[in-house]
Amino acid sequence: MSPQTILLDDLERDALTELVNIGVSRAAANLRKMVGEQVLLSVPSVEVVSREGATTLIRERESGELVAVRQDFEGVFSGRALLIFPQTNSMALVHAVTGGALSSEDAAEMENEALAETGNVVLNSCLATMANMLQRPLTMSLPEVIRGDGSMLFNLSPGASDGGVVLFLYINFAINDRDIRGYIAMLMDLPSLQALKGLIADFIERVVGGA
Amino acid sequence: MGTTVLIVDDSKLARIVLSKAITALQPDWVRLEAGNADEAIAAFDGQAIDVVILDYNMPGRDGLALAEELRERFPTMPIAVATANVQDEIIARARAANATFIAKPVTEDGMRGFLSGAALRLRSASK
Repeated sequence: MSPQTILLDDLERDALTELVNIGVSRAAANLRKMVGEQVLLSVPSVEVVSREGATTLIRERESGELVAVRQDFEGVFSGRALLIFPQTNSMALVHAVTGGALSSEDAAEMENEALAETGNVVLNSCLATMANMLQRPLTMSLPEVIRGDGSMLFNLSPGASDGGVVLFLYINFAINDRDIRGYIAMLMDLPSLQALKGLIADFIERVVGGA
Repeated sequence: MGTTVLIVDDSKLARIVLSKAITALQPDWVRLEAGNADEAIAAFDGQAIDVVILDYNMPGRDGLALAEELRERFPTMPIAVATANVQDEIIARARAANATFIAKPVTEDGMRGFLSGAALRLRSASK
């Protein structure tokens, strides 16, 4: 039996996937405005896994170095949201969001700033949409650009007493006609998952109630 | 003749929300559900369906591909595509298939225009 079956029942898991789907769809629409090209999304995947499991899920797909824009969020539930893509896509994304207006040197200089702002728009629109639907505010930290492998990206808080199990949500995205692809991922530890479960139950009650 | 509406969404919760809004706005309509594009096609093969509401982002064929296929078969059927993904290309493809765009999260207000328009078209077509 996986922790997942204990923690979220089928309808709660369905509701969470739908919340993420709506949040990420809004985020994709905003990213599309920044890059001027259609952003393609996969269906979201929601899993309760160990931190190592989350790392493995990414590593199976991406063997190279990764770049991520990271924002921590805090509220009734807390966690970390990441916009992740292969290091080799980084400059292409910077060029896409700056509309090719910068020389290569200027783009290199602007790289972190452009990535942070892109991550900020994408992750905020996703999290804000989810927070609104759950009717609980979330505060978001400033975006931070990090480079490394999956284990570095997913290390929430060293020495956390949750047995290392996290709720891991991820979606693949690709930018049409450009060789850019990546992931939007969210991680929450167990206490947050318990709080989130309560909010999801309230959300289901609100939207289903009286049906 | 009663009106039958098919709701196609991989999320059960989303189907419940859509179904609830339809019940509030068109209480006499018969509601059917499908969890993906293949189930939807099977539903069309099995019975007469007058109106269809499709989710966009689903495993397998997405809602726009399904809308395009259904439009070929049913040139005048009211079709809506529900999504939060308001990218220009997606709205343009929905329009090209003569499908109405409904914003997610779905609300009664967001559904009202499509459902009353569909009811009107069906009434005038049956005269």
